[in-house]
Amino acid sequence: MPVLSFFTWCENTSLGEAIRASRWLFPAIESVHLLALAVIGGAVLVMNLRLLGFGMKRQPVAQLWRDTWPWMVGSLAVMLISGMLLFTSEAIKLYYHEAFWVKMSSLLLAMIFTFTVMRKVALADPARVGPVWGRAAALISLLLWSTVGVCGRWIGFS
Amino acid sequence: MSLLEFCQWLGNTQGSIALHESIWAYPIVESVHVLTLCLFLGLTVMLDLRLLGAAMVRTPASEVEGRLLPWTIVGFVVMVVTGALLFYAIPVKTYLNIFFRVKLAFLILSGVNVAIFQRTISRSMDQWDTDRMPPFRARLAGGISLVLWAGIVVAGRMIAYNWFDKNS
Repeated sequence: MPVLSFFTWCENTSLGEAIRASRWLFPAIESVHLLALAVIGGAVLVMNLRLLGFGMKRQPVAQLWRDTWPWMVGSLAVMLISGMLLFTSEAIKLYYHEAFWVKMSSLLLAMIFTFTVMRKVALADPARVGPVWGRAAALISLLLWSTVGVCGRWIGFS
Repeated sequence: MSLLEFCQWLGNTQGSIALHESIWAYPIVESVHVLTLCLFLGLTVMLDLRLLGAAMVRTPASEVEGRLLPWTIVGFVVMVVTGALLFYAIPVKTYLNIFFRVKLAFLILSGVNVAIFQRTISRSMDQWDTDRMPPFRARLAGGISLVLWAGIVVAGRMIAYNWFDKNS
């Protein structure tokens, strides 16, 4: 089973061992993960609320997209790095955890969706692409990111 | 009745024991508390970043505040209700937890920061509404808010650990 052996290798790296051996490293990295969650949550919500017609309606969607973009990408990077560190410390446990696989699948879908469809809809000419597309994209985005969040929390209960 | 005695009494109520021992209710309440972080704190961070002149600088500050505040308030209510339930489920241990006390202190300071902001520089928002870089007092309020909330999140996470608990 190549996947399991890769996970086992991850867990046995000195990085994974160091995080496991330390009393405060895991909660510290988890705190960073949570702080970045707040930022990415804010950036994603500002954008999705706008697309749903609840947010800053006087601002063009494309402008809001460009203004929240650096915060979204930046916090996503922090989430991915801190998440990988957490992963190395308990990779084998995660291998057997359904919530982990659901989280990773929806994370992949959420990122692909955000960087392709969402981006296209947000930057499209409002005269050409109706608000229905924006609303649909926002709902899908919220659904995908929520699944990532809920599964992430659920990994902790085991 | 001391606070500790109150917590002991609270922990012995039927509801508290039921929530503490529940298989689903407690983790669900905790999950809602953590995930509402995106709604409440996420939008608070976006407003703070606007006050710092770091995000959405082309949008007037009043527009960011006005459009996001209703959602932030909804998030805050959910946070307080679920947070109170989490305390209700484990009152004595939480009361004695040093991180919980730090979190509460930071929460109060954060409220003071908002109150000062509302009574001072926020009153003249129409004068700096469209400034990409708001005045120093507004940036200060945004910066203090970010630092305090970061502290609240970290302290909140650490409540799970009893490293420095006071002895009951």
